[in-house]
Amino acid sequence: MTTISPSARFRKSSPFSQKASNVAKSLIPIVICLTVALGIWQLLCLAPDSKMPGPLRVIAQTWTLILDPFYDNGGTDKGLGLQILISLQRVAFGYSLAAIAGISIGAFIGLNSFMRRGLDPIIQVLRTVPPLAWLPIALGIFQSSDPATIFVIFITAIWPILINTAVGVQQIPQDYNNVAKVLRLSGKEYFFSILMPSTVPYVFGGLRIGIGLAWLAIVAAEMLKAEGGIGFKIWDAYNAGNENSMSEIVICVLYVGLVGLALDRLVGWIGSRISSDH
Amino acid sequence: MQILSTPDSQSQLVETPSFLEIDGVSKIYSTPKGDNVVLDDISLTVNEGEFVCVIGHSGCGKSTLLDMVSGFREPTSGEVRLQGKRVTRPGPDRMVVFQNYSLLPWKTAYENVYLAVNSVYPEKSKAEKTEIVRTHLTMVGLDEAANKKPGQLSGGMKQRVSIARALAIYPQVLVLDEPFGALDAITKEELQEELLNIWRQHKVTVLMITHDIDEALFLADRIVMMTNGPAAKIGEIMKVPFDRPRNRTQLIEDPQYYTLRNQALDFLYGRFALTEGE
Repeated sequence: MTTISPSARFRKSSPFSQKASNVAKSLIPIVICLTVALGIWQLLCLAPDSKMPGPLRVIAQTWTLILDPFYDNGGTDKGLGLQILISLQRVAFGYSLAAIAGISIGAFIGLNSFMRRGLDPIIQVLRTVPPLAWLPIALGIFQSSDPATIFVIFITAIWPILINTAVGVQQIPQDYNNVAKVLRLSGKEYFFSILMPSTVPYVFGGLRIGIGLAWLAIVAAEMLKAEGGIGFKIWDAYNAGNENSMSEIVICVLYVGLVGLALDRLVGWIGSRISSDH
Repeated sequence: MQILSTPDSQSQLVETPSFLEIDGVSKIYSTPKGDNVVLDDISLTVNEGEFVCVIGHSGCGKSTLLDMVSGFREPTSGEVRLQGKRVTRPGPDRMVVFQNYSLLPWKTAYENVYLAVNSVYPEKSKAEKTEIVRTHLTMVGLDEAANKKPGQLSGGMKQRVSIARALAIYPQVLVLDEPFGALDAITKEELQEELLNIWRQHKVTVLMITHDIDEALFLADRIVMMTNGPAAKIGEIMKVPFDRPRNRTQLIEDPQYYTLRNQALDFLYGRFALTEGE
């Protein structure tokens, strides 16, 4: 009894302390490294004539921007939250188109070896074209910056989605195809019972790469040619050339990174939810 | 034992075709080095309701032979006929139980069986189809596991689902490719007895590949022993005269069992032993 009771008491208190220590275990390295990184940054920018603001100055100079992300003074003078929403809207539009087209075309060429062999060289060339190289073409076609940036998102994000879907379709295990053949499954039944579930993990791999690329592309495209958006805001702050400019750019870049991470995790999470049965 | 005897006069009558006929079937693959003859002029007649085991060394073309019955491969010459109709492609009248189960991992046991029933009997009502699925899952003792996915089932249970799926569509011929090869000895014996019970209830014709002489002697009406490849033929057909229902313990006490067993062993390891370098 004497040996049992202490261990029982220990176990009783353990779920909470266990959880807390787990959180601490994963947080401590992050906090330490972040502090050190910020410290080095601050030290490097200590010089009074430093062009680059240290973290403390960044926060001091952008405090009003951070506190009020949704102000709207008309035109393109908007809070950072609104600018990000503008960018996200463009991404959502272009990326959705890319997902629909990429998955459809990918499934088609995955099933059709003639088209696959025929289109492969074209895809291989087009997918290596940098996003911004499409912008002049898109502007030439659409004559307007908004559809042009959406097109750049579309054309950037479509390739990994398309290629992954095509590979996923080809990777359907022969066993499942044999089952489909012997049962003579209808096209619809084959699509929903075999093709889709076995391809989903590949498709989400592609969607995840695609969202990352789309976010990279939107910021760049908006810097060149757009009304509003977080990329526009960065370029706008640079062009303003006042004493707060650098701090504003830094805070915008930080937001871009955080939103990109969130998008990546979101698509990854949806993918893992959908394909958790496998 | 009447079903065993196939008087030669009967097979010569053209107007009454045998149930399942493998008629002068050869399979030759053309390679740059010349023709690779896998199967050489194989003929076999299987009666309705008969249980036939095919036995032979690895690479002797057993699976190729069964693939031509199930329709996954076409013979280079000769043909397979089921009730006088030539087999050209896979179909649910010749349902296959695959060695690796081939269950869809994203569907539960119930849904896997239901997919087959729904595909083969689309005209039946939902209640009827549900009833068929339930009956067959019960038959293989899987009531409780009906809502589990293959990932949560043991190998033996997965093979039970696969057998339930095959039988639920009431095939004319059940084709089994080493169905119990990956199972432990106890599960294997259980499933053999279940298979025999089901075979008797369903009056289905069974064509089964096995490596295991004892399994073949316990299950089959006839054992087809194949010579080694390349250009494998049927070396010998052994009738298994034991009364049914068979009892494993009684069977192995029967002196005739050992005579047949030794005969099969002599065929496989004496006359057609795999020699070094082959």
